[in-house]
Amino acid sequence: MRLVAENLGAERGGEAVFDGVNFALGPGGMLVVTGFNGSGKSTLLRVVAGLLPAREGSVRIEEAGDRFAGVADACHYLGHQNAMKPAMTVNENLEFWRSFHGDPDLDTADAIDAVGLEGVGHLPFGYLSTGQKRRISIAKLLVSHRPIWLLDEPTAGLDRASEGRVSRLIDSHRERGGIVVAATHLPLGVDNIDELRMGEC
Amino acid sequence: MLALYRRDLRLGLRAGGGALVGVLFFLAVVATIPFGIGPDLNLLARIGPAILWIGALLASLLGLDRLFQADRDDGSLDLMIVASDRHMLPLTVLAKCLAHWTGTVLPLVIASPLFGLLMNMEPLAIAATALTLLVGTPAITFLGAAGAAVAVALPRGGLLISVLILPLVIPILIFGVSASYGAAADPQPFLQPFFILCALTLLLAVVGPMAAAAALRWSAD
Amino acid sequence: MNETTAPSVRRWADIANPTRFVALADRVLPWLAGFTALVLAAGLYMSFSAPEDYQQGITVRIMYIHVPFAWISMMCYSVMAIAALGTLVWRHPLADVSLKAAAPIGAVFTGLALLTGSIWGKPMWGTWWVWDARLTSVFILFLMYLGLIALTRALDDPSRSARAAAIMTLVGFINIPIIKFSVDWWNTLHQPTSVMRLDGPTIHPSLLWPLLVMALGFTLLFFSLHLAAIRTEILRRRVATMQRLAVRRAERQA
Repeated sequence: MRLVAENLGAERGGEAVFDGVNFALGPGGMLVVTGFNGSGKSTLLRVVAGLLPAREGSVRIEEAGDRFAGVADACHYLGHQNAMKPAMTVNENLEFWRSFHGDPDLDTADAIDAVGLEGVGHLPFGYLSTGQKRRISIAKLLVSHRPIWLLDEPTAGLDRASEGRVSRLIDSHRERGGIVVAATHLPLGVDNIDELRMGEC
Repeated sequence: MLALYRRDLRLGLRAGGGALVGVLFFLAVVATIPFGIGPDLNLLARIGPAILWIGALLASLLGLDRLFQADRDDGSLDLMIVASDRHMLPLTVLAKCLAHWTGTVLPLVIASPLFGLLMNMEPLAIAATALTLLVGTPAITFLGAAGAAVAVALPRGGLLISVLILPLVIPILIFGVSASYGAAADPQPFLQPFFILCALTLLLAVVGPMAAAAALRWSAD
Repeated sequence: MNETTAPSVRRWADIANPTRFVALADRVLPWLAGFTALVLAAGLYMSFSAPEDYQQGITVRIMYIHVPFAWISMMCYSVMAIAALGTLVWRHPLADVSLKAAAPIGAVFTGLALLTGSIWGKPMWGTWWVWDARLTSVFILFLMYLGLIALTRALDDPSRSARAAAIMTLVGFINIPIIKFSVDWWNTLHQPTSVMRLDGPTIHPSLLWPLLVMALGFTLLFFSLHLAAIRTEILRRRVATMQRLAVRRAERQA
């Protein structure tokens, strides 16, 4: 599978934020999007995920067979928010997304282990610390399979050890042929990447 | 879809007891009417179905602004839109509406016979009102979903939803109350307005979620 | 897999189509307004020279403005529904401006229709307001206009409020026949003896002609106002864009 963007442009509130973005990622490919605040990193991810309409150009997947209906269908989107309900337990949250997203991969206990939070499954999500919440949100990517991960500031609020763990999860996803697009201003400690600098005129 | 329904229902029942507050509001509305018009039992019995309907209408508009707001605030809404190739967005909205209805409006319907007794209504009128509420209130939720989706990005959206939705729910109110009266008072028909009410609910079950889904898709930013 | 290029220079102001519209509006508007004034003047003259009703006396002349107002209140909503379709289906850039501009005009005409109807009703029915089926439907329409105005002004971002308003307009448009039907039903249920209607028998030609001219005049007035409001809204948005641009420039230079 390949993720291809051609001459992509987007706008916010009637103003063009960026245009002329091109990239093509094959299996195992990773694109790191960097740039100052407001340069359009998040907007780019949201356009790829289909949450915002592209002002011009297009994003598509190639060589994917007919398993996926479109780009959005092949994507996990990890936004700024964690998309978890504080009133429900971690297990309930993850189970919900697992059955809602379909294509189950790891079960919830294994996913929680993978982000290094063994034993918090029965606790309400709202009781976790900011970093722990973020890690559970990353565990959400593991419970159902999607070949493309769109990560918006995945390591925001994480300590050094957890960052390393996230880097390893990204690596193992790429080893399985996955594609990752990550917007970040922190180095992720991942090798062999393409870099896209936004907002440099 | 079932998972979404269960999650929303669980949240509705768990977080802050939304159902109980709705019933209390309903009770408060119904209880203030006699103070406004006097304790004339015959008059209360006559206007009872209308009071119950208006109370249920206001109470079911109460929690609508949270229908999508909570999911938008924590980012769940984005994921639901991204997943719309697998789960059609109108169906997702429909599942959320049904969960919202079960969690906050159904208790009102269940409580309505009790409040009917307070209004000195006849048993037949009470049963008819409860039945029309059961059939008619989903339509309010479906229409309200369209309003809630449109106002999802607004800080004071709750008020705006009511302003937008109230003119549109007047037909539901008219046929619901007509059917309730029709069951109790003989010359007026019951089945005719009741079936029109059913038809309205079914129609809005399609129109409401589709409009709401369109609004949600465009509200993303 | 290594074809990565950086985004090129951003374009802040990129409005092409509305420019031509404003130029067109500038040219058409004086003529349209002049024509409107002529037709309205002729209509007013005809209305006042028309014979008085033997029952209602001079109050019948209210009809010459009341009926056109009521007609425009419905036409304006249809215009808005078409504009809503234009926003949602064809993505026309001017459609949402048109919708936003039409809503207050429609509300004013609907309000005037209610007001003149009420003034007319006082001598005829002996009361300012009756819960007549037609009055009630127009009243609900008025409420819908007010809700839509509140909605179009609630969001800062014009493109988002446009879609929200378009969806609500269409939902309302689907609902209008249902509301009309239900109110008729409700009215026959509660008021078996219907109040007096004007449009019972065929209207006499001496009354009809002034009415038609007035209806045409007010329709023209509506479109002149609408055109002017669209132009104002475009200019207003352009000012907002330029202000934002000025803020960015200040940041760059600092």
